[in-house]
Amino acid sequence: MLTTVKSRQLTFIQAITDGMRTMLKERKEVVILGEDVGRNGGVFRATDGLQEEFGEKRVFDTPLSESGLMGASIGMALNGLLPIAEIQFLGFIYPAYEQIMTHATRMRYRSKGVFTVPLVIRAPYGAGVRAPEIHSDSAEALFTHMPGIKVVCPSTPYDAKGLLIAAVEDPDPVLFLEPLHSYRSIRGDVPEEKYTVEIGKGQRVQEGEDVTLIAWGAMMPVVLKAAAEAAKAGIACDVIDLRTLYPLDKDIIAESVQKTGRCVIVHEAHATGGLSNDILSIINDTSFLYMRAPIERVTGADVHVPFWALEEHYLPTPSRVKAAIRKVVHF
Amino acid sequence: MAAKVISTPLLSEHKINVHFPVQQVVNHQGQLVDPVYESAINEELAQTFYRQLVRMRTLDRKAKSLQRQGRLGTYPPFEGQEAAQVGSALALEADDWMFPTYRDHAASITFGKSYGILSSWNGRVEGNLPPAGKKILPPSVPIATQLPLAAGAAMAAKFKGSSEAVIAYFGDGATSEGDFHEGLNFASVYQAPVVFFNQNNGYAISLPIHKQMNSETIVQKAVAYDIPGVRLDGNDIFAVYFQTKKALERARNGGGPTLIEAITWRYGAHTTADDPSKYRDQQESEERREYDPVTRLEHFIKRNGYGDDAWMDSVQIEASEEIEEAVKEMESMPPPDINDMYDFIFAAPTWTIAEHKQQYLKHLQEEE
Repeated sequence: MLTTVKSRQLTFIQAITDGMRTMLKERKEVVILGEDVGRNGGVFRATDGLQEEFGEKRVFDTPLSESGLMGASIGMALNGLLPIAEIQFLGFIYPAYEQIMTHATRMRYRSKGVFTVPLVIRAPYGAGVRAPEIHSDSAEALFTHMPGIKVVCPSTPYDAKGLLIAAVEDPDPVLFLEPLHSYRSIRGDVPEEKYTVEIGKGQRVQEGEDVTLIAWGAMMPVVLKAAAEAAKAGIACDVIDLRTLYPLDKDIIAESVQKTGRCVIVHEAHATGGLSNDILSIINDTSFLYMRAPIERVTGADVHVPFWALEEHYLPTPSRVKAAIRKVVHF
Repeated sequence: MAAKVISTPLLSEHKINVHFPVQQVVNHQGQLVDPVYESAINEELAQTFYRQLVRMRTLDRKAKSLQRQGRLGTYPPFEGQEAAQVGSALALEADDWMFPTYRDHAASITFGKSYGILSSWNGRVEGNLPPAGKKILPPSVPIATQLPLAAGAAMAAKFKGSSEAVIAYFGDGATSEGDFHEGLNFASVYQAPVVFFNQNNGYAISLPIHKQMNSETIVQKAVAYDIPGVRLDGNDIFAVYFQTKKALERARNGGGPTLIEAITWRYGAHTTADDPSKYRDQQESEERREYDPVTRLEHFIKRNGYGDDAWMDSVQIEASEEIEEAVKEMESMPPPDINDMYDFIFAAPTWTIAEHKQQYLKHLQEEE
């Protein structure tokens, strides 16, 4: 007999809320804290209704103090709780960076595992929603570069819930990046039950033989649009959603590029020191002799995410991705 | 449920008492000056204090000597601050949490760490490890960053309804860092059971306290967070012990955090890599020995007939032997384990770490 999994259509942000609700029910040590996450339900409403449902002890507002709330979250994690800390925008995480880098990521190492920090940091990232200055950064590489923290970035409601639950259950710090552009623009089937999406595993979202497209988070809709247009021109794209940014899924990258021999990597973060370089080095290490064209990168320029009146000129577009596809195919 | 009317405190008058007398129980001549504590002091307590102060001073001097001989790396001495550290650590209950800095070896050892703590100055992670079950964190290196952590650990203690309290150590320079204020504010807002124990030793490396801040005292910063503040003679172990105990009890009983300013003095350098004569008169620094925490306790003990010179000599001999033994043990540690570099970044190594480890170990093998 088939067991039917109950699911419903949720927006991206509803799936995140659902993931948090699931873990608040599942583990009494889970606490949610951050600026305006309580009664207000978060500036994007990710924690909407959770304080009402679970009480002020489990879901609570913090003072406007990113370093303070990160440090306190680390302290709570040291003493047996499972905090989910919300940073309102990734561009506001910089005051907390010291806490993350000197304590959260290092505590296990500095104490040979005596003290650990099972902490989830949630942060919306990215441009494209006409936000004020500093609200649109994609600073994932600042975190993937440094040891001791995992970084995940889902692009679908299903993955958002599954990865969030996996992050809470992970015994180490996890930065959970939320493409804020997708919060309400993307919907999908989300099971009601608890499930996890494995950290460190990407997913092939479209099968193709001609060129590999690699992206994550808010760039997935852009890449899929480019792939659909390429298909009209007879180019079949193998589209990979990485889902986890550290540790990268080496196998899915290698397997795909060894099949296609061509690759375009897309991210909205700046090019220099951006994650595309690590993907390039994986391809270099695993698949150098399979490549039939130099790999193309479509990224943000090495400039600040601009004032929003110009942000469309900063963000990778389907048209730029298509141009890169043409370039690698016709090399 | 009808929404509560939010009353605004913005216009209310706030009367604050900014008078913080320096608490002292025994003065520098060893005289009891606060009779309130007379009945709580006895021979056993005085002897316990003395033994630990002598141990810690001996350890610190030994560490400096080892460093000069090239047997220890850069080391941050604490001579002069023994009473502040030992007295406050002895005030803790076994189940409490300690967040020390790199200069707080006397506090850490008094609360249960072994003399092996010194090995951290030889670059060994082992120096960071507490005995099983002891909640003594590795020392915080970036200044004041441990204070929000201490607030968080205390918030968790309150969340769990446990009787744990937390003590966090920091120096005068730390009060200029944002994390000092963020940590105190969090502890205050959530009324977390934590004692912020400041050792005001006059200098942050080369910067004297009057250039660190334009405030008359550190303790007055407690007023900003509406938490109790206590200013005390940090070279008077009795004042340190009784006041810290009181603050910890208040914390355990739901009274929230306390800021303690213990006024003390660092006789020596910031670290062995530092030359204090470049920024202060070391002769003047030596003159502070009149207020020394160890000699003060000697005076007190003799005055009260709790011990004589012979007893004090025996305490010194015992401490020296203990520490020589510990140094021997440290110097016969097995060589560092390369695996320690890779195996504790995550609970299970990621593929990149596993690969880096495997490649390097292979390289080492091939090199042989």
